[in-house]
Amino acid sequence: MVSLLCCGPKMAACGLVLSAWGVVMLVLLGIFFNVHSAVLIEDVPFTEEDFKGGPERIYRLYEQVSYNCFIAAGLYALLGGFSLFQSRLNKRKEYMVR
Amino acid sequence: MGSLFRSEEVCLAQLFLQSASAYSCISELGERGLLEFRDLNPKVSPFQRRFVGEVRRCEEMEKTFTFLQQELRAAGRLPAPCPESPRAPAAREALRVQEQSEQLAQELREVSRSRSSLRDRLRDLRQHLHVLREGQRFTSLPVGPGVPAGLGREPILDPSLHHHLDRKINFVAGVIHPWRVTAFERLLWRACRGYLVASFVEMPEPMEDPATGESITWVIFLISYWGEQIGQKIRKISNCFHCQVYGYPESEASRTEAITRLHGQIQELSTLEETEKYLAEVLDKVAQVLPTWRVQVQKMKAIYLVLNQCSFDVTKKCLIAEVWCPVRDLTQVQDALRQGSVSGSCFVQRVPTTESPPTLIRTNKFTAGFQSIVDAYGVASYQEVNPAPYAIITFPFIFAIMFGDVGHGLLMFLFALWMVLYEDSPRLRQGTNEIWLTFFEGRYLILLMGAFSIYTGFIYNECFSKATAIFPSAWSVATMANHSSWSSAYLATHPSLTLDPNVTGVFQGPYPFGIDPIWSLATNHLNFLNSFKMKMSVVLGIVHMGFGVMLGVFNHVHFQQRHRLVLEFLPEMIFLLALFGYLVFLIFYKWIKFSAADSRVAPSILIHFIDMFLFTSNAENLPLYPGQVPVQMVLVVLALASVPVLLLGTPLYQWCRQRAPRTVRPRAVGGFMGITRRGIQHDFAEIFMHQAIHTIEYCLGCVSNTASYLRLWALSLAHAQLSEVLWSMVMRNGFVGLSYVGGVVLVPVFAAFAVLTVAILLVMEGLSAFLHALRLHWVEFQNKFYVGAGYKLCPFAFAPDTWE
Repeated sequence: MVSLLCCGPKMAACGLVLSAWGVVMLVLLGIFFNVHSAVLIEDVPFTEEDFKGGPERIYRLYEQVSYNCFIAAGLYALLGGFSLFQSRLNKRKEYMVR
Repeated sequence: MGSLFRSEEVCLAQLFLQSASAYSCISELGERGLLEFRDLNPKVSPFQRRFVGEVRRCEEMEKTFTFLQQELRAAGRLPAPCPESPRAPAAREALRVQEQSEQLAQELREVSRSRSSLRDRLRDLRQHLHVLREGQRFTSLPVGPGVPAGLGREPILDPSLHHHLDRKINFVAGVIHPWRVTAFERLLWRACRGYLVASFVEMPEPMEDPATGESITWVIFLISYWGEQIGQKIRKISNCFHCQVYGYPESEASRTEAITRLHGQIQELSTLEETEKYLAEVLDKVAQVLPTWRVQVQKMKAIYLVLNQCSFDVTKKCLIAEVWCPVRDLTQVQDALRQGSVSGSCFVQRVPTTESPPTLIRTNKFTAGFQSIVDAYGVASYQEVNPAPYAIITFPFIFAIMFGDVGHGLLMFLFALWMVLYEDSPRLRQGTNEIWLTFFEGRYLILLMGAFSIYTGFIYNECFSKATAIFPSAWSVATMANHSSWSSAYLATHPSLTLDPNVTGVFQGPYPFGIDPIWSLATNHLNFLNSFKMKMSVVLGIVHMGFGVMLGVFNHVHFQQRHRLVLEFLPEMIFLLALFGYLVFLIFYKWIKFSAADSRVAPSILIHFIDMFLFTSNAENLPLYPGQVPVQMVLVVLALASVPVLLLGTPLYQWCRQRAPRTVRPRAVGGFMGITRRGIQHDFAEIFMHQAIHTIEYCLGCVSNTASYLRLWALSLAHAQLSEVLWSMVMRNGFVGLSYVGGVVLVPVFAAFAVLTVAILLVMEGLSAFLHALRLHWVEFQNKFYVGAGYKLCPFAFAPDTWE
C-alpha cells in the first residue's frame, strides 16, 4: 500500500494558503473580467483587428479570459482540497507516533 | 497605564534585613520581581564575599544535576518540564536536596557499573559459545552429502581421524573484527609458511563492539597448526590484531561439555534483567524530582548572589541592601518583607539621592512591541516624555504611506491576525528560529501596519497594482470625444488622447475617496501622483516634526525649566512655522484656490519659496494672494530673529541667574541639566557650546529633515512601480492563452505571482518601508525633543527556567 502522504506539514500548510488565496483572487478577477472592467484592458490579449466593428469582440475576449480565471480558480480549489487532505494525514501521523 | 506617558518615579531605598530572615525576605522579593539591587561591595572579589560557601554548595549541586541529566539523556529519557515554579528552599530542605541528589548519583553510578560489567560478561560467554559451535563445523566428521559445500575450504585435519600423524594438532580459536580478516590471513600465511590451516566464518548474529558500541558481525576463526613455535607465533599475531582468543578443546566430547556449561552460565546471568529493571526505577525517580530541584537550586543561588551584594552592619547586626524601587511599589515591598521575616523586623527606608534613577515603563503585550522599537534607539532618560504612545499610531501610518496597497496590506493583516489569535498556542511561542521570534514579538505592530496599509491602499486606489472603481469615475471620455469629435483617422494617428478638464462635462468633480481609477489608464499618471505624493510627504513631515517640538513642552514643564519655554520652545516653533508651516499653508492654499481653469498661469510654489529666501521676485510667477511679498518678508525676518534667541537665550539666562544671589531651592531629582556645585566659568562655556550645537542642529535639521520626509514619496512610488511590473511581467502571461488551456496555464503563473509577491513586495518592501519609517521616527521626530540617555530598571526576579 503506497503511502498517500507525500507532503510534509509545512508544505501542506503552504499549499493550503496558496490555494485559498488563489481561489479568492481568481474568482474576483474572473468576475471583474466578466463585467468588462476598463481597468483590466491591458490584460486582455487583444489585437488591432478586434477594435473594428464595435466593442462586441473585445467583450467576447474579456469573457474568455474570465472563464479561464474561473477554471484556474477551480483547479486551485482542487489543490486546496488535496493540501487539506495531506495536512489531515500529517496530523494523524503525529498522533500515532506519540 | 498612566506611566506610558513618562517613566515612573523610582527612588533609592535601603532595606534593613535581620541576618536570620535575610534569605527568606530576598526569596519573597525575588518572587515578586520589584526591585533592582545595587552592588554595595564592588571592590570585593567573588571569592571573598560573605556567602561564597553557599554559592559554592549550589554550584556543586548543579554539577550533580548535570551528571544526572546526562545519564537521563544517555538512557533516552527527557525530564518533564517543571509544572509550577517551586520556591527557593530553606536551609534544611536544601541540605536534604543535596543529600538525596548525591545519593541518587551514587546509586546511578553503581548500577551503571554493575550493569556494564554484567553485559560484558554476557557478551564474552556468547562469543565463546559461538566460537565453539562454529568450530564444530570444521572439525566434525564429514557426514556425506549433508556437509555444507559452500565453505570453500578443506575440512581441517581432525586429530581423531588422523591420529596416525606424529605431530600433535593444536587449535587456536577466536573472534576477529571483520575488517582485519584479510590482513590477518595474509600475515598468518607469510609468518607460518603454510604450517597451519585457518578457516573463517561469520558469526550468525551481530554483536556489540565494546569499544565503539556499534553492532558488528564478527568473524570466527579456527586455526589448526602443529608445532610449538608456530603456536606461539600465531598467538602473538592474534594478540596484535586484538582478537579475542578462546580455548578450543580437542576432543568432541569436551567441546560439547563446554557448550552445555556455557549455556548454563548464560542462564545464570538472569541477574542482568534485574539490574536493568532497577536502573529503570532509579532513572524514573531522577526524572521525577530533577526539574523541581534544578529550579530550586537556581533560585537559591540567585538569592545568595544578591545577598553577596549587601553590606553587613556590625553594630545593628543586620544586612543592608541598596535598591532602586518604584515609588508605587514601596508598600508591596514592605508587605514582602513582613512576610519573609520572622518577627517583622525587616523594613525598607527611602533614601534621597542625586543620581539619576533607572527608567521603568510598564507595558502590556500590545504596547511592548512599540516600546521596544523606541528603546532600541535609546532608553528614555528618567521621567522624560516617552514617544512610544504616539508611535503606536504614527509608526504604522508612516509605514502605510510607503506601502499603500490594499492587497498587500490585507495579506499582511491576515498574517498578523493569525499570529495574534493563536498567540497562546505553545507551538507558536516555543519556536526557536530567531527570525520567526522577531516577527512574532512584533505581531501587534504588523497587525496595525497591515490595517493602515489597507487604508492607504484605498486612498492610492491600488489593489495588487490595479485600481478599483468602487465609485464611478469622475472623468467622462465620451463627453471629450463628442466635444472634440475625434474621427477614426484622428484616433489612428494619435496614440495618446488628452482629456481636458476645462471642457464642461469632462471632469465632474473630485472622486469621493482616494484617487480616481481613470488615472491608472493615463500616461501622465506618474506626473500627477508625484506632485500629490511629494506635497503630502512635506505636509506630513512638518506636522510630525511640529508635534515633536510640542512634546518638548512637557519636558520643560516637568523639569521646572520654564525659561526654556520662552527661550527655546518659542523660537523653535517660530522658526519651524514661519518657514515650513508657511510652506504647508502655500500648498493648501494653492490646492483650494487654483483650479484647472487657471492651470496655465498657476504660480509655482517652489519658485515663490526660493524667492522668499533670496528676497527677489520673478515677474512671470504670479503671486498667490495679494500682499504676498511683504508677508513673506516678515516671516523670514521673524525666523531669522529667532535664531539668536535660540542660540543665546538659555545660556545668558543661566549666567544671569548664577550671578544674582542664589536662593537655595531643592531641585527636582535627576533633572536634565543639573548644574549645582561646579565651577562657573567652566560651566558657561560648556552650556554655550551645547546650546550652539543644539541651535545649528535644529535649524539645519529643519531643512534637511523636511527633505528627508520625501522618502515617503520615493518609497511609495517604488512600491507601486514594483507591483505594476510584477503584474505586467508575470501575471499578464497567464491571460494570454485564449483557449481553455489558458485556464490551466494560469495556475502555475498565479503561483509564481504569489510567491514573488510575498518575497519581493511583502518581505523586501515591507522591511524596507519598516526601516525607513523607523529612521524617520528615530531621527527626524525624536531629535526634536528626546534625549534617550537613560538605563532600564532590571528588577531582581527569578527568570523562567531557560534550561536547554
